[in-house]
Amino acid sequence: MAATFELEVATPDRLLVKDQVTDAHIPGLGGYLGVLPEHAPLLSELGSGLLSYTIGGKSNSVIVSGGWVEILPGGTRVLAASAERPDEIDLKRAQESLDRAERRLKEAGDWDIVRTLRAAERARARVEAASKVRG
Amino acid sequence: MPSLIDFRRRIRSVKNTQQITKAMKMVSAAKLRRAQDAVIAARPFANSLRQMLANVAGAAKGSEGAAENPLLAERAEERVLVLIINSDRGLAGAFSTNINKGAQKFLAESKAGKKWEVEAVGKKARDYFRRRGFTIAGETFNVTKAPKYADAATLGRKIVERYAKAEVDSVYLVYNDFKSVMAATLNVVQLLPVPLPAQQETTDYIFEQPAEDLLATLLPRYVEVTIFRAILESTAAEHAARMTAMDAASSNAADVIERLTLYMNRLRQASITREIIEVVSGASALE
Repeated sequence: MAATFELEVATPDRLLVKDQVTDAHIPGLGGYLGVLPEHAPLLSELGSGLLSYTIGGKSNSVIVSGGWVEILPGGTRVLAASAERPDEIDLKRAQESLDRAERRLKEAGDWDIVRTLRAAERARARVEAASKVRG
Repeated sequence: MPSLIDFRRRIRSVKNTQQITKAMKMVSAAKLRRAQDAVIAARPFANSLRQMLANVAGAAKGSEGAAENPLLAERAEERVLVLIINSDRGLAGAFSTNINKGAQKFLAESKAGKKWEVEAVGKKARDYFRRRGFTIAGETFNVTKAPKYADAATLGRKIVERYAKAEVDSVYLVYNDFKSVMAATLNVVQLLPVPLPAQQETTDYIFEQPAEDLLATLLPRYVEVTIFRAILESTAAEHAARMTAMDAASSNAADVIERLTLYMNRLRQASITREIIEVVSGASALE
């Protein structure tokens, strides 16, 4: 039995994951964080993308965007602005919002450039994650 | 003197009312279950966020960025904004009155002589305070039907923005806290400037971003989550209040029916007795 730690993924309206996991890969704002048991305490903003973790040798994943990740001696907590299981994602809608965001980035408009960039990044993460998981 | 038919009609009408109140009670009970589940589901995020905020605030304390954060800036309190969370519909007993009166009392007692503004959630709050000539800064309706985080976030952003622009000097949140089906307690919380949660122990973190940057992103979210929790609590309390009120109404209707039936039977017996007397006296007159 490998060492485990508790991983919690919560959004404002629900608790998505609360499990003993052996490892986790969390998309931080500055790049992916690989977390194993006994990781040093760390606090970071959360980026957008696929958060994967392993429970008893089985790999699972959720898609998160925006929020924070807190690694504590007792466990790792991910507070995400939004989080979904891959099977909950509507691939078509995600693709549409990605196309829209990319179109907006190309042509100048009176929209907030930072927000559009974020939206594009988020949409891309969702499309990639959903298509990867579905194969 | 009402006739037998009148009584029958009254009884039928009360029975109809009773059926409606019974149905409403059942509906509220079902909605209460759902609202309670939502309160429980939202708890982990809110609790973790509070702890995280406490930790970050501890680490950022004394730094320049933290002192400059607009959401922590304390100003002389002159313009007070109260966010009142109430229901959109009535028939919930004293639910909406309690909260409106409580909010008004809070303003009159502890914020006397200052400029008040009301940010209303729910028609009952808007109507009450508009009728009394308060300044309504904004109104949000129909969020309690199925509370969504996005609604709370919109509201939170608006309030945070107004505070950051120094349009108001403090923001309070007034809502009903769901304690049990029978009891809801009125809760007044200071929203802005953000009262930083007390920190139990310092964790020596590796910070991927500077603590004051994290603080700047955490604080607005904390305000939103606090509002969201209040909306959820208030929704649960509203359904509980409606359920209790409708239960009382149903049993009152049962009492009324019982009394009316008693009168009706008495009236029927009286008329039978009168007829017997008439027959008997008619017969004796013939002798």
